[in-house]
Amino acid sequence: MTVKSTARARKKAAPGVPDNLRTGTDAPPELVQLLTPEGERVEHPEFPLETTPEELRSLYRDLVLVRRFDAEATSLQRQGELGLWASLLGQEAAQVGSGRAMRPGDYAFPTYREHGVAWCRDVDPLNLLGMFRGVNHGGWDPNEKNFHLYTIVIGSQTLHATGYAMGITKDGADDAVIAYFGDGASSQGDVNEAFTFASVYNAPVVFFCQNNQWAISEPTTTQTKIPLYRRASGFGFPGVRVDGNDVLACLAVTRWALDRARTGAGPVLIEAFTYRMGAHTTSDDPTRYRLTEETEAWKAKDPILRLKAYLDKEGLADEAFFADVEAQSEKLGLRVREGVRSMPDPDPTLIFDHVYAEPHTLVAEERAEYEAYAASFEGGENL
Amino acid sequence: MAGQLSIAKALNEALRKSLENDPKTLLMGEDIGKLGGVFRITDGLQKDFGEDRVIDTPLAESGIVGTAIGLALRGYRPVVEIQFDGFVYPAFDQIVTQLAKMHARALGHVKMPVTIRIPYGGGIGAVEHHSESHEAYFAHTAGLRVVSPSNADDAHWMLRQAIESDDPVIFLEPKRRYWDKGEVQDAPTTDLYSARIARPGTDATLIAYGPMVKVCHEAAAAAAEDGRSLEVVDLRSLSPIDFATVEASVRRTGRGIVVHEAPVFLGLGAELAARLTETCFYHLEAPILRVGGYHAPYPPSRVEEQYLPDLDRVLDAVDRALAY
Repeated sequence: MTVKSTARARKKAAPGVPDNLRTGTDAPPELVQLLTPEGERVEHPEFPLETTPEELRSLYRDLVLVRRFDAEATSLQRQGELGLWASLLGQEAAQVGSGRAMRPGDYAFPTYREHGVAWCRDVDPLNLLGMFRGVNHGGWDPNEKNFHLYTIVIGSQTLHATGYAMGITKDGADDAVIAYFGDGASSQGDVNEAFTFASVYNAPVVFFCQNNQWAISEPTTTQTKIPLYRRASGFGFPGVRVDGNDVLACLAVTRWALDRARTGAGPVLIEAFTYRMGAHTTSDDPTRYRLTEETEAWKAKDPILRLKAYLDKEGLADEAFFADVEAQSEKLGLRVREGVRSMPDPDPTLIFDHVYAEPHTLVAEERAEYEAYAASFEGGENL
Repeated sequence: MAGQLSIAKALNEALRKSLENDPKTLLMGEDIGKLGGVFRITDGLQKDFGEDRVIDTPLAESGIVGTAIGLALRGYRPVVEIQFDGFVYPAFDQIVTQLAKMHARALGHVKMPVTIRIPYGGGIGAVEHHSESHEAYFAHTAGLRVVSPSNADDAHWMLRQAIESDDPVIFLEPKRRYWDKGEVQDAPTTDLYSARIARPGTDATLIAYGPMVKVCHEAAAAAAEDGRSLEVVDLRSLSPIDFATVEASVRRTGRGIVVHEAPVFLGLGAELAARLTETCFYHLEAPILRVGGYHAPYPPSRVEEQYLPDLDRVLDAVDRALAY
């Protein structure tokens, strides 16, 4: 891990902390929005954002490609190529906006749905599918792209993120961390313990809660009696609710929070108010627990359509651009399909690999037993 | 270094040396700073190494272990103190679902050099949740290493070796032996995972670890007065178990008795008995017997002496083994 700056940088004053957020969260429950569902660009006095046409096109490309990747994975699950898939459909803007706010030295701790963040960290999409196909439990090197392994037990990773952020402070670096979690995870003790540790140690960690309204079949109202972003005030740091379907707002607010964290001003809780358009995973059936009207209403807030409307209206992208994105999308789809279908099963001795970093006599003994057993079959090596 | 130290002081010295030797080593826990821990194992360390390296944490065990995992990911080597055995359960999820599995999940790309120190076991007249022996839970979880010293020299060197290990180590400190003194050597005499013949003998093997080693020594001394020669094996490591040393001893004596404070049912004794039956069957003169706690919550301290295996219960088992 490269230490990118000194402790001195950390001591600079926090930039532009909005007044109503300085002490947390008695701020009005407004949604930070920079792009309306109709594709109108609006300004927010506390979260200005300057973008070039090229950046806007790049964000659009990210959103489309991430959605395509997700759609391919859902199809592959339906075709029996994946055992399970946790779709991010509807949450592309929250993930791409926050993901693109990170600097190379920053670190993301995801749940199991942060495919869009992984995309922004340049993690090979096929790496994400190994777990869902059943060939590994993750397997990528988290330190290669500063993107930690997917964490399935709800909220555990928020503590890992906080500890990592405490380490950044000790190193005197000016990197920061994002801990992703959902509205359901906000009920977990670990998330609340992470808030406590982050707050008292002033750790440079941004808690990014994607409130997609449903924890499998349970609505957010089963998790909390107050808007989630207001939880932060009880722990002594700011909370901000952002339109999670607005990629520009997610980018602006996350960039602000990360910059604030790296100056030593401590954590921020961002609640990205969004919606999971699909099932929790391919194993559940959302028609059993939510109304079509609700899903339809959220469809009108689609993150991709609103950015496209803006690009069209302002003449920021031409037909050639959209055709190029479509071609890239097709190419990605093909790569994912072929990549998954040709993904080899691991050697069975993977069971014994990496249980420990150092030799362990029981593992060595059981590996030898297994290998002898496997070899006892005709052509045993291919068992 | 060499000299007579209590186990508590030997542990304190081990932590001090580890902090001195590696700037990435950190101590974390509740009340470990100014107070020096409720058992004073970290006494004076915050004063000498600073609040940045000897960290008083919020009272949240899952938070302590969870953030230690994050610190390990960042390249630190956290040594966590859980205040009492019965308080580790809130951290159990982080230990068994995260800490133990991280290295395997990452296909070896990350290491988890986290040491979790837990004062464990009974015999100090404590209140509820302060006297438990939960080693089987941890030993049952692949990815964790579990060790328990029984004397000052092991306490010192096993802790230093545990901290240097790139694997997560559950370090169980026999709290009722904290004040027992012993010679601490200038260098480790064995590796962290080897068992030790604590007392040679010929008639039966007593297999113990942590707080029960002393009881077994006392039983062997008493048995010697009756002309019986008992061998005592101190396991030291509970995962992995040094089966080779245990099996060799049982083959020599023909009899094995496992002694631990934890409940007998599904405890480490069950594993040892099954294993020894499989590997030493033709050498056995008697079934492997177990002496340990009952299938009951750890009792109120006024009756804990009836719960904890003592010299007489061990000798009773020796009588039964020798009667075959």
